[in-house]
Amino acid sequence: MNAMYPSDKAGKSPRVDMGTYSQNAFLLVVLGLLWLIFHLMTLGQPGQFLSPQNLWNLSVQTAVVAILVGGMVLVIVARQIDLSVGSLLGFTGMAMALLQAVPPIGQGWPWPLALLVGLLLGAGAGLLQGYLIAYLGAPSFIVTMAGLLVFRNAAYLIAEGRTVGPLQDGFLILGGGLQGSIGPFWSAVVTLLALAYTLWALWRGRWLRQRHGLSVRPFWVDLLITLFLGLVFGSFLWVMNSFPHPVTGLGRGIPVPVLIALGVLVLLHWVSQRTRFGRYVYAIGGNPEAALLAGIPVRRVQVLVFGLMGSLAALAGAVQAARLAFVPTGMGTLLELYVIAAAVVGGTSLAGGSGTILGAALGALIMSSLQNGLVLMGVPTEWQNLILGVVLVVAAVWNARFHRRRI
Amino acid sequence: MRNGWLGVLALLAFAGGTWAQQRPLVVGVSWANFQEERWRRDEAAIKEQLARMGAQYVSTDAQSSAEKQLNDVDSLISRGVNALIILAWDKDAILPAVQKARAAGIPVVAYDRLIADPYAFYISFDNVEVGRQQARAVYQVRPRGNYVFILGAPTDPNADLLHQGQLEILQPAIDRGEIRVVGKQYTEGWRPEVAQRNMEQILAANRNQVDAVVASNDGTAGGVIAALASVGLAGRVPVSGQDGDWPALNRVARGLQTVSVWKDARELGRRAAEIAVLLARGTRPDQILGAQRFRVPGDPRGTVVNAVLLRPIPITRDNLHIVLEAGWITKEALCQGVSGPQAPAVCR
Repeated sequence: MNAMYPSDKAGKSPRVDMGTYSQNAFLLVVLGLLWLIFHLMTLGQPGQFLSPQNLWNLSVQTAVVAILVGGMVLVIVARQIDLSVGSLLGFTGMAMALLQAVPPIGQGWPWPLALLVGLLLGAGAGLLQGYLIAYLGAPSFIVTMAGLLVFRNAAYLIAEGRTVGPLQDGFLILGGGLQGSIGPFWSAVVTLLALAYTLWALWRGRWLRQRHGLSVRPFWVDLLITLFLGLVFGSFLWVMNSFPHPVTGLGRGIPVPVLIALGVLVLLHWVSQRTRFGRYVYAIGGNPEAALLAGIPVRRVQVLVFGLMGSLAALAGAVQAARLAFVPTGMGTLLELYVIAAAVVGGTSLAGGSGTILGAALGALIMSSLQNGLVLMGVPTEWQNLILGVVLVVAAVWNARFHRRRI
Repeated sequence: MRNGWLGVLALLAFAGGTWAQQRPLVVGVSWANFQEERWRRDEAAIKEQLARMGAQYVSTDAQSSAEKQLNDVDSLISRGVNALIILAWDKDAILPAVQKARAAGIPVVAYDRLIADPYAFYISFDNVEVGRQQARAVYQVRPRGNYVFILGAPTDPNADLLHQGQLEILQPAIDRGEIRVVGKQYTEGWRPEVAQRNMEQILAANRNQVDAVVASNDGTAGGVIAALASVGLAGRVPVSGQDGDWPALNRVARGLQTVSVWKDARELGRRAAEIAVLLARGTRPDQILGAQRFRVPGDPRGTVVNAVLLRPIPITRDNLHIVLEAGWITKEALCQGVSGPQAPAVCR
């Protein structure tokens, strides 16, 4: 490969890639169909799929995977894999639980301190794995598989095989339980501000492109997107505020874990699209040699990607621990597979170089909608997993065909 | 003449016994996965009992591998152990090892996990009884209404034994229409996260009209209670469990969980060690105290094994002192966050 003419994928920003637009649109259609089917299938029972309670549940159930999946997209885009996230989540969650639980099980530290230590542990573990991969040249599959074993068993060891709990009330807010949502008023404020910003960015972008004489989408398309965004944000707010709190009877509003997940996804979307770091990641994934020759600090970027993944695992660990209100030794077992599956369903190619945060978020939502809907219908476990497996294969095959067509 | 022969036999057995006592018996324990703290308590009890009976302890750990466990048992046999205690990782894959032990004349105790071979003496807690006790405790609090079953791992035969016991207690009320089963889900890998999600879904499907939950262990009970707490039902809906996990016992003290059926691992360890030594000294399996014939559930060949099934103890807020007095849990851990007039007696 020639440094001056990097390969097609490396030089191209994912933002102007029409392929990902149509792919995400397709995922949206799939999600819509799935929801509709589940709703029709649950019409005969007291609680349906498209009820505020279930959609609110769905949002909280998706949060943990959603926090992780953005990091996983960057890891996979950079042509790596991280199999350790489930174990690292369990380990950091256990560490945070042990530090904050009251003696004799734990240390009884204030929870914010425990949280901070947990996040640092996660980041440290991620950076270490990244260092082994990028600087010492060990393959990420092996390094993180070792991490899977090490962190899982480290969690057993530090807890001496015990389930640790109960956790402090303040910490439980992170899990979205009874006290874990921000209320109708702040939900409205957050949602409307987010909508306003999104629309402003959309129309300002259009105006800027027009001013510089660049091509723009037809006016009606942007209008349709505006309407669609208004509808999505509006129904999100309505759902969040329609599920009543059992004590106050008021709407609950957005659960804190969902807010965290959305924050992480927006941040990572921005990082991947608008920052030098993000472009480096895509450039490395598109063509590592070209990226190196172009002067990109490939190794440092790789280490940082794993550090980011580790921090996210710890953050997700905090959310998962707070959601359960105690930490079992096996917390997060097999979670890495669900995260990778969500990324793949969301259009991330395991060959590296392509994949978007938005797509992966949709992938996570599709996977957890499947789990949610199947249990709501009362489908037995074996069938749930079988169906998830089939969906994964279909997504992988579809992705492969999709990518081949583009090249 | 017959009496004479018996006398000679008894004399020989006696002589064999004293000879064996001169050279200490060695009991080999093959663990399946020693990483859980659970087994450390068992090990301590086994060692203690063996020491009391003048026997030696050697052990191996299969580290969750059926293949490694076969090699482990081989090496224990070649080290010349007089009895084997096996916690099988895989109840079927272990069969060749049991046959080897039989060929070598070494008695085998199947520890906590059933081995479907009549030669292996099975010792465990009665899982069907655990299920009965779970259902009974919940039924006493809520004799009618909408019931939910949160079962164990679909791959674990114990999950079905537990459910069998639960149904033995509840089926009559279900048939009378007093109890309606509005949800039933297995919990993959016994994972509390999975139990929590399943419970959330069952609550959503029934618009929170759930009156009682029969959960199969403390981990799943924890997930269920987190889901109930999220809709303000924790403490109002009875929930069962088992294992005597510390957070679960704390939940019992706080009134969030109705029962945790407790199996004292130390008793299991003591009895297993005792049985292993007795079998090695030539006691017939059916002469072991409390031994019964146990038909292997779901076994197509209808295998029947000798077994000792220990009785678990249902721990509720009224008898929390048992776990405290047994030194299973400290008072701080048990009574954390428990105060006020509703606190159970042990925490006041």
